[in-house]
Amino acid sequence: MDHRVVITGMGIYSVIGKNLEEVKDSLYHGRSGIIFDPLRKKMGFRSALTGMVERPLLKGVLDRRLRVGLPAQGEYAYKATLEALKNAGIDQSFLDKHEVGILYGNDSSAVPVVESVDILRNKKDTMMIGSGYIFQSMNSTVSMNLSVIFKLRGINFTVSGACASGSHALGIGYLMIRQGLQNMIICGGAQEINPESTASFDALNAFSIRESEPTKASRPFDRDRDGLVPSGGAATVILESYDSAIKRGATIYGEIVGYGFSSNGEHISLPNVDGPVRAMEMSVRQAGIKHDKIDYINAHATSTPAGDSNEAKAIYLLFGKSRPLVTSTKSMTGHEMWMGGASEIIYSVIMMNNSFVAPNINFENPDESTECLNIASNTTAANIDIFLSNSFGFGGTNSSLIVKKFNR
Amino acid sequence: MQNDEIIKTINRLLIEEIEIDEEQINPAAELKNDLGIDSLDFVDLFVIIENNFGLKMKAEEMAEVKTLQDFYNYIIQRVNPN
Repeated sequence: MDHRVVITGMGIYSVIGKNLEEVKDSLYHGRSGIIFDPLRKKMGFRSALTGMVERPLLKGVLDRRLRVGLPAQGEYAYKATLEALKNAGIDQSFLDKHEVGILYGNDSSAVPVVESVDILRNKKDTMMIGSGYIFQSMNSTVSMNLSVIFKLRGINFTVSGACASGSHALGIGYLMIRQGLQNMIICGGAQEINPESTASFDALNAFSIRESEPTKASRPFDRDRDGLVPSGGAATVILESYDSAIKRGATIYGEIVGYGFSSNGEHISLPNVDGPVRAMEMSVRQAGIKHDKIDYINAHATSTPAGDSNEAKAIYLLFGKSRPLVTSTKSMTGHEMWMGGASEIIYSVIMMNNSFVAPNINFENPDESTECLNIASNTTAANIDIFLSNSFGFGGTNSSLIVKKFNR
Repeated sequence: MQNDEIIKTINRLLIEEIEIDEEQINPAAELKNDLGIDSLDFVDLFVIIENNFGLKMKAEEMAEVKTLQDFYNYIIQRVNPN
């Protein structure tokens, strides 16, 4: 028997807001979180543009032992998860009594590796590295740490799928709950923000160099887009079986009704059209709905010339007739990479439950491939019953999630 | 360094770096059972002791170090061998 899967908690630590209220306000007002980082310029970056968050202060909040193995993106994920658990009405005693799992998206942890190897090279003695770095250095650092901090006893691993990590984490959580393997899973995505993790990405000439106007640099679908802007933070989405949510009187923020995925089988960094088409098609088929029921598409679109074009073509192929509203929130946040798939679900749920679509800022002129889309360049009042969210990553990994408004 | 200065420094490091509660600092306290210093904390103590005393602690020598007084003695014997 398939269980319905609902969203009962959300928490966010993002470049456009440290909590849901701040994020909602930023979305509504089309506020950008992109800055110019002089340190990157000094270090030799081609593009010094980045999203930025403040590092949380956790001394006095978390015991030292729980902090020592937690890297910056783990701290963001801890803050996001605290907020999600709070608005889900879940306290530690609930987590102690029930098996709750964690599936978090993450695909790097560069700074701890760099720092620990620097110590080794400097001191020529591994005994000078200390106890925290190994736990901070692994890709699974976030799920590893949060499962210890919150004493979780269900499924426990990290999903790595490049820029689709967060989306796939939610997708797999959805499948597990649907199958009845777990009643509640803390899902999400986390992304470190630092020069060490993005230097080799900057090496691809993939970032925007519109350094004179940082807030205008991320311009998905716009004719004058010249590359993505890296960003980060963390986002937590608590998925729960419908029965479990009703039983404990939880507030339901939305229902996941479809998860589609595919792989391009072509280039490691250049996207194609076929892969995204198949992922979106699969999600629509899973949701058991007609294409014209999708009211809004939160596109992956990262502000790259090729990527945005190919996604536009894919969207037009499937939804050209019904013309749902399309935006990329990356216009404001930049590319949140491993966090993006999870955060963009939160941004879209906020929009759905507050009846507006946030603007795809900096969309001033379309090009031949994007002019066919119904892109909202201003804040638009909208009744969204069902939305689709795309996340695509290096290696051609594609993930599409469909979420429906919850009506009792 | 004088012995009492060594003890003062060890206490300060335990409070500031390992975040042990000041009230729990007592020579008879057991490192593991009373102060909650586990094997991972010992790894960090090795780094802290080397950085502050220039002394390389060895894991194999920790078996007999059970109380805080044992720890003071261990450090004192190696920093002030006389």
